[in-house]
Amino acid sequence: MSTEPQKLNQTMLDTNQLASFQQSINDLSPLQLAWASGYLAAKAENVTNVTAPAVIASAVPATLTILYGSQTGNAKGVAKNLAAQASAEGLNVELKSMGEIKPKAIKNITHLLIVASTNGEGEAPDDAIALHEFLSSKKAPRLDHLYYSVLALGDTSYELYCQTGKDFDLNLEKLGAKRIAPRLDCDVDYDEAANTWSTTVITEVKALLSSEIAASNVVALASVDNIEELYTKQKPYTAELLLSQKITGRDSAKDVRHVEIDLGESGLTYQAGDALGVWFENSVALVDELITELGFDDQEKVTVGDEKITLGEALKTKFEITQTSIQFVNFWAEKSQATNLLNILDDKSAMREYAANHQVVDVVKSSPLPNEVKLNAEEFINALRKITPRLYSIASSQSEVEEEVHLTVGLVQYHTEDASREGGASGFLANGIDEGGEVKVFVEHNNNFRLPADNETPIIMIGPGTGVAPFRAFLQEREATEAAGDNWLFFGNQTFTQDFLYQVEWQNYLKSGLLTKIDLAFSRDQVEKIYVQDRLLENADEVFAWLERGAHIYVCGDMSRMAKDVEAALLTIIATKGKLSQEQASDYLKDLRNAKRYQKDVY
Amino acid sequence: MTDLTKKDQANGPLIVEGKHADNERLKAESNYLRGTIVDDLKDNVTGGFTADNFQLIRTHGMYQQDDRDIRNERAKQKLEPLHNVMLRARMPGGIITPTQWLGIDKFAREKTSYGSIRITTRQTFQFHGVLKPNIKLMHQTLNHYGIDSIATAGDVNRNVLCTTNPVESELHQEAYEWAKKISEHLLPKTRAYAEIWLDGEKIEGGTETGEVEPILGPNYLPRKFKTTVVIPPHNDVDVHANDLNFIAIAKDGKLIGFNVLVGGGLAMTHGDKSTYPRRADDFGFVELAKTLDVASAVVTTQRDWGNRVNRKNAKTKYTLDRVGVDVFKAEVEQRAGITFAESRPYKFTSRGDRIGWTEGFDGKHHLALFIENGRLLDKPNLPLKTGVAEIAKIHKGDFRMTANQNLIVAGVASEDKAEIERLARAHGLMADSVSVQRKNSMACVSFPTCPLAMAEAERYLPGLVTDVEAILAKYNVADESIILRVTGCPNGCARAMLAEIGLVGKGPGKYNMHLGGNVAGTRVPKMYKENLSEQDILDEMDALVARWSTERTSNEGFGDFVIRVGIVDEVKVSKRDFHD
Repeated sequence: MSTEPQKLNQTMLDTNQLASFQQSINDLSPLQLAWASGYLAAKAENVTNVTAPAVIASAVPATLTILYGSQTGNAKGVAKNLAAQASAEGLNVELKSMGEIKPKAIKNITHLLIVASTNGEGEAPDDAIALHEFLSSKKAPRLDHLYYSVLALGDTSYELYCQTGKDFDLNLEKLGAKRIAPRLDCDVDYDEAANTWSTTVITEVKALLSSEIAASNVVALASVDNIEELYTKQKPYTAELLLSQKITGRDSAKDVRHVEIDLGESGLTYQAGDALGVWFENSVALVDELITELGFDDQEKVTVGDEKITLGEALKTKFEITQTSIQFVNFWAEKSQATNLLNILDDKSAMREYAANHQVVDVVKSSPLPNEVKLNAEEFINALRKITPRLYSIASSQSEVEEEVHLTVGLVQYHTEDASREGGASGFLANGIDEGGEVKVFVEHNNNFRLPADNETPIIMIGPGTGVAPFRAFLQEREATEAAGDNWLFFGNQTFTQDFLYQVEWQNYLKSGLLTKIDLAFSRDQVEKIYVQDRLLENADEVFAWLERGAHIYVCGDMSRMAKDVEAALLTIIATKGKLSQEQASDYLKDLRNAKRYQKDVY
Repeated sequence: MTDLTKKDQANGPLIVEGKHADNERLKAESNYLRGTIVDDLKDNVTGGFTADNFQLIRTHGMYQQDDRDIRNERAKQKLEPLHNVMLRARMPGGIITPTQWLGIDKFAREKTSYGSIRITTRQTFQFHGVLKPNIKLMHQTLNHYGIDSIATAGDVNRNVLCTTNPVESELHQEAYEWAKKISEHLLPKTRAYAEIWLDGEKIEGGTETGEVEPILGPNYLPRKFKTTVVIPPHNDVDVHANDLNFIAIAKDGKLIGFNVLVGGGLAMTHGDKSTYPRRADDFGFVELAKTLDVASAVVTTQRDWGNRVNRKNAKTKYTLDRVGVDVFKAEVEQRAGITFAESRPYKFTSRGDRIGWTEGFDGKHHLALFIENGRLLDKPNLPLKTGVAEIAKIHKGDFRMTANQNLIVAGVASEDKAEIERLARAHGLMADSVSVQRKNSMACVSFPTCPLAMAEAERYLPGLVTDVEAILAKYNVADESIILRVTGCPNGCARAMLAEIGLVGKGPGKYNMHLGGNVAGTRVPKMYKENLSEQDILDEMDALVARWSTERTSNEGFGDFVIRVGIVDEVKVSKRDFHD
């Protein structure tokens, strides 16, 4: 049917009618107006069982829906804060992962805030895929009644920056929804900008919903999960590092640490599949090197937020100096006018590669400022990103380790022309603190990476490299709960003798029967490279048989290559063994994903 | 010439009754040495072998080992020990062709963790540090070059040694042929080796197919068994360390038969006085034609009478001491259908290799290279392994590995001598500075690869010899030498129990010191002091050499001296004298 809007001043109402109608809607809030339009439309269609008071109660619930699409937990974290703020403002809030609603149900929502992250090359996170596809498809309904805004998380060093968020924003607009506030695109250091946007957007929503709030004094705090948590990203728990043990052999090309942290009396709890957020400090040596290079005084006071602290302290604890942002490269290119930097300014992928391979100090060293260029410390730090905590998939189950939490941390190491550099958090955990030292942590729950509720359900775990971490947690949990379901692990790394992470533990689990099968891919033990996806394909019959008997499949680890190759292998297996077309195989996998039987924790 | 008088002989039972040792079960259940080795090869979760297979692979010439230097480190890393295998090839008489040498050189370089070839006291080479995925490749590579490793370890007759006398070319050739024949005669007949490693045709089942072991039996031998062929007066193979020895008796340069010596063996267990090193007994002379019959008879008698209850007393030497030499000998005569004639006279005068050039009766030249510890490895500025490979590329004769862990470039024509020597010198294989003392010193492998090692041996010896050289120089006997052997455990691969000074590893940095062996290798040394540290050893040696240098009679060897002046008592009959 036609939904062409009718103008009120057209002659469909006579003058009196019009005056009286206008008078009756004068005091209506935009929200009430929106509702009224629906009410009237329903009236026009002779929906006779609609009674006004009932409609007000149900069609216009004063509910703000917050949906997040999150891969690593960042978007979820922002969404949770947003929900907490909105609740505090008295709004009735419903917080959900996009994976938790049926795409069609979007038409029942009236007020929507979306927080969506973007994966590598512009893809939607797993839990957002279904809704994202639906809204850009022909099946998408008109959403004229919907008020919304989008916060997009991304990384400017990628070509398709914040693409998923942009897609949601534009698609909703196309479908007739009304934007409450402009979309905010956030780079990796999103905290401050996200807070500001949250405040703005909540004020707007509150205005829209104001009339309803009076009618409803129920504040649904309980619907927002975990916001009552004691320790958060902003308020982390200061834990004790118990152990940082290298678990790759002495001839390994990699340094992977098994880290044990004591959560002590914090009361922090986590489930297998969750991640631990770790705040870190930059190494003093690196800070010194940077300050020396810049000719600053480490005792100089600088302003960071509301406080004045020394430059040395600021660089150690407040700013990212191990990860270089493209903005910083831009800033430094402009300052230094160094040709090597100016040459790549317009080439995003070159910039990204340069930034990824040069820490801040390396940028500074390789392109020194000309003598006449002046730079002060405040100006310098303002060009840096604020430090952000890193998330590590938890490698233990509390059923097994109680108040401890274990991580599997790959030490990021690389060599520049004249120095060797370490990653910020991994370097901190590996070499920056002694055992017994303090580390600030918080738990980041991840409901999108959970063992099956049914202990009998078989699981297939694919976790090469440090991606094996959550599967150690899974097996500890399944052992503790005496879960009868079969467990199949695919693990890969460079070499059998040096890089077989937790080898002895898997051997024991195989012996005890907890681990049903293990398939290994050591890429450098033979001439041809062999990876986990190759092992999956070799076991195609059995993998498919497991899927057919209800197995859940989990993938953890590298997102840009491994997870894609594994997904391609799974599609091949499903297509060939299930005798399905490409499209049908794709639907099969989609169904698995929607049923939460295909879960990824990739980064 | 048995040492035991009637009074000393225990007329014990022919068969020891009791519950058999677990190794007996695993041999019996092994389906002729197959076990489940094939399954283990497919198991890529561990680099090791499981349960019985761990022992069974020994009969295929391999020991499971690991890098013991990093065992604890890896335990912390949640990694299993760095499992690998050591392979000991079967090379009767130690003869290897240049082509074969280049083949093993390449494998050692490319596929072993240590990149070395180790020449051992069993007159063969060992690969150390072969990872599981390379094991089959290793056997197939060896097979390609006509080499195998069947029965070089385990409860079987192991690699047969033969004196590497290149001078008496014809006699050596005959003796060598016998060493090969004896080795093949006593080999396990099971096809397990070919099936598992060479993808040989599979023969179903065990005994039903007629696969029997006519000599070794389905349960194989009670314990390891070692055989030599020796050409007096050179006792380089150390007959008294071996169960069965054929002493070549020649007439007019032609081999006519053998004196047979039975029951030598050096292994013992610390703290167990029922174990001791023991010399072999002379059974008498046998004609050539009966050689293999005698070999079978000795092996089957030991097979049937050896102690299968207590592995520590299972070797031939204990069987002899239990049933009596005469009883054992009579059984051998009966089984072989012979009567031993009286031993023909012979004399051993030396054991060491004549390092440097010698000329054979046939006019060919032979260059014996001193290889410290038998370890051929390229070290900085000392590319020993490459050196041998370079020689192999141009050499027209063959190589002979010696039981003293050295290597002889044998059969060099006069015109090729200069180039061979040039290569040897260029690669550090010939150094005029190597002392007599160093040439007469020997150590087993021990740490880091040997699972039995209790103390360092190969890594300890070079420095120890340097210190001993200084002591000899201090007392003006630098031109003299003492047969010095260090072994990492009492199992005794370096044959310390036939040395003038034998050091036996007891624990990290601790050794028992034995004194009183002789140059010919016909006397077992007696324990002098226990649990000596490296410094204690030097202090003791300083004092002993001081006395020897002043009190000895002319040319009196160190071992003879310490017995004559009463520093230790002579071990005449091991069972009686060794521990008292």
